[in-house]
Amino acid sequence: MSDKLTAKDFTTTQEVRWCPGCGDYAILKSVTNALADVGAMPESTAFISGIGCAARFPYYVETYGFHTIHGRAPTIATGLKLANPELDVWVVTGDGDGLSIGGNHLMHALRRNIGLKILLFNNEIYGLTKGQYSPTSRVGTRSPSSPGGSFETPVSPGQFALGAGAKFFARGVDTDKAGMSDVLRQAHAFVGASFVEIFQNCIVYNEDVFAGFTDRKNAANTQLHLKHGEPMLFGEHKDKGIRFNPDTWSLEVIDAIENPDNILVHDESNAVVARLLIDLPGPVALGLIYRQPSVSFEDAFYAHHPTRMKRTKSITDFIKGPSSWSAG
Amino acid sequence: MNKNKDVDSIVVRLSGDSGDGIQLMGSQFAVATALSGADFATFPDFPAEIRAPVGTTFGVSAYQINLGSGPITTPGDAPDVLVAFNPAALKVSLPMLHKGALVIINNDSFTPRNLRKAGYETDPRDSGVLTDYQVVAADISHLNLEAVKEFGLSKSEGGRCKNFWALGVLLWMFDRKLSSVEDWIKRRFADKPTLRGANIKALHAGHAFGETAELAASLSQIEVSPAELEPGEYRSITGAEAMALGIAAAGELADRAVMFCSYPITPASPLLHRLSRLGELGVGTFQAEDEIAAIGAAIGASYGGMIGVTSSSGPGIALKTEAMGLAVSAELPLVIVNWQRGGPSTGLPTKTEQSDLYQAVYGRNADTPIPVLSASTSGECFEMAIEAVRIALRHMTPVILLADGYLSNAAEPWRIPDVSAFAPIDSNAVPESDANPQGIAFARDSATLGRPWVTPGMQGLMHRIGGLEKDVESGHISYDPSNHQSMTDLRAAKVQSVANFIAEQEIESGTDSGDVVVVGWGSTYGPIYQAVRSTGASFVHLRYLNPLPPNLGELLAHFDKVLVPEMNTGQLSTLLKDKLDVNPVCFSKVTGQPFLISELVEKIESLQGKTS
Repeated sequence: MSDKLTAKDFTTTQEVRWCPGCGDYAILKSVTNALADVGAMPESTAFISGIGCAARFPYYVETYGFHTIHGRAPTIATGLKLANPELDVWVVTGDGDGLSIGGNHLMHALRRNIGLKILLFNNEIYGLTKGQYSPTSRVGTRSPSSPGGSFETPVSPGQFALGAGAKFFARGVDTDKAGMSDVLRQAHAFVGASFVEIFQNCIVYNEDVFAGFTDRKNAANTQLHLKHGEPMLFGEHKDKGIRFNPDTWSLEVIDAIENPDNILVHDESNAVVARLLIDLPGPVALGLIYRQPSVSFEDAFYAHHPTRMKRTKSITDFIKGPSSWSAG
Repeated sequence: MNKNKDVDSIVVRLSGDSGDGIQLMGSQFAVATALSGADFATFPDFPAEIRAPVGTTFGVSAYQINLGSGPITTPGDAPDVLVAFNPAALKVSLPMLHKGALVIINNDSFTPRNLRKAGYETDPRDSGVLTDYQVVAADISHLNLEAVKEFGLSKSEGGRCKNFWALGVLLWMFDRKLSSVEDWIKRRFADKPTLRGANIKALHAGHAFGETAELAASLSQIEVSPAELEPGEYRSITGAEAMALGIAAAGELADRAVMFCSYPITPASPLLHRLSRLGELGVGTFQAEDEIAAIGAAIGASYGGMIGVTSSSGPGIALKTEAMGLAVSAELPLVIVNWQRGGPSTGLPTKTEQSDLYQAVYGRNADTPIPVLSASTSGECFEMAIEAVRIALRHMTPVILLADGYLSNAAEPWRIPDVSAFAPIDSNAVPESDANPQGIAFARDSATLGRPWVTPGMQGLMHRIGGLEKDVESGHISYDPSNHQSMTDLRAAKVQSVANFIAEQEIESGTDSGDVVVVGWGSTYGPIYQAVRSTGASFVHLRYLNPLPPNLGELLAHFDKVLVPEMNTGQLSTLLKDKLDVNPVCFSKVTGQPFLISELVEKIESLQGKTS
């Protein structure tokens, strides 16, 4: 018998307190499954969260966990990762926590490329404060604080991340087990900051906001699952594809049967195409959209501390300063 | 050599444009003074602008140093010697001077344009405003350029050597060796031979000018006898340097690495600069994206088992406030250093004040008690940093350490302590236990109420912490009404328990009963120390502000009047009224400048009934 841990080993005894039917349940399951799959060690894993519905996550995972304050999870996770780079540090955040109050920290965590696995549960609404529009809410979203419909231009998590200098961006749908499993595994393996946007259905305040592309009956036609080195095909019979239109500098959907040679092949290291894929007209791009290996911040940090944070000298070697004298 | 004047102490003020190199000149003069064995205290007094418009009064940068046979504890009330590089510097400094003071001015800068910029309608050299002073007007710019001519520098490059020219004059006046300054120039310009040569030449030319001027009887040498300091090895130190060394020493005493996380802000940044050079002592520095990220990362590092430290000044501390509450709730060790400055808002970034005491003791949402300490002198920043870390680790709590802008930059002679004499710092090791991990993480020590420092990576002890209220026993989330009462009481008792571990408050000087006791805290130590010497009042100086030393009330009860001088509008006075049965007399000063000894003496004497 293998003593390999199972998803159950990563589940705490705490009663889960999300609304019945919330997309967070499926994400929790995918995450505990992924932890077991990748052979994570509970004592070497920490989940750090801010505030919001998603931020309850650490209480339900049998690892180390720290439920911090609104928007600041990346800062605490940064300090933890620097103190102990051996740890797997996950950050769980939401569209309000990560892109509104904590936007600054998310930006800097991404551009530093610190080894955090950042999961942003995007439900396009403030759930825990009862339904106000969020920075990812679409124009016209009616909410208690926008009774006439919101009139703010929303932020795109993917464009934000790439603009900040992120080296890893992937997307998943809360209920898509296979897609989530793949994305989480890749996020776990990445050295540096891996940023995953998860489309999460808020059943109470923003139900079915993503139904247009998450509805399983039509998913083949509304989702583009990306695989590095493979042509960008979708549709029930893989009969549609994506091509680059050099006249408009944009991506467009074409008939893949008639134009098999014009279909783009996914290159996860191409940042320009990644930006176009994020706002793809037609299907929604899912999976690993962009990955560009680079030096992690923790590696650079230790390399720039000459003794790698080890005490190799004593305070008595420094206390006298540049010059001293005797009295008495 | 003819010593014309022999004095116990003398106050020298150097002043000029913020681009004239005044601070460098002052700090080099302080080093030469230190090496001569004199006692001293310095006061760098500079504008918030990096390079303010040339020639303006608001762009004047000054460095004041009081040197003598001691004890010297303040930079001095009134300068005896002023070096003024331009009319604006003269205009700003003149009202501070002693009558009869020596005023050395740079003739070349007294142009109509500069006089106008300084607000002089008539040339002060002719108008009679200098009749009470001994004036040496030298063509400093011109003489300096002549001296460095051979190096072929541009006029502006050559002109920048004039601070060393003037320093040469001062070193001659006080009969100091040029070697320490020469060594510094050689190090600074190691790979720039022309600038190295020019600056050394300027230094020597100024020194030679002093000798020549003496022949003309316009300048004389001043002999300051060496101080009678307690025997030992000394160095010159600023508060920022002492704080950095203290934080690193605390890491060594606790056998833990230190993670210092900070965002640049005046006057706190020098601590970041100092610590970023102490990597070999197991100190990491992280420059965060903002003040909140700085404390967040420090909390994260503490969660990971390093000693998390952050530092800022009032406005930055305000931003960190919510995260301090998190550290209180999660019961993690953390040190927050506040280099106080004048406020509110951006206020007076380069001027000192001690007006964040309310913020430190009372300034958080909810009942969120935090121990508060303060450092009294530049050198004392060392031991208070160690004490702050000791309390943070012993009680598993954030600790606020108050210093101020004056201490950050002011240099003084410091007797180098024997670090091996400090007790090791105990860091709440995790006890062997069969209990469940969540319970172990919150199993408290009955004396300190601190919990074990369980950190991610430890096998079998996985647990969850956070800002939500937790059960007093299990550490799990709890919204139970009586539990919140218990946890609130526990947090208060934990901070109060610090009082059981600190030294009793002692009387700094004077009798243990009488008419007036002066109670101070922080950087007012220096002026109060001098003022009580001449008035006979007793002196109590606080290093622990929350909780207060348990015997303080009893100590103060033996005096008729309690005088509290402070650089705010009465914050310690209010705190004492709140916590003790006393009714102090507040003596407030909020000009951005330290107290003068004379103003304290006058106040004490009025309370003593000696004057009205």
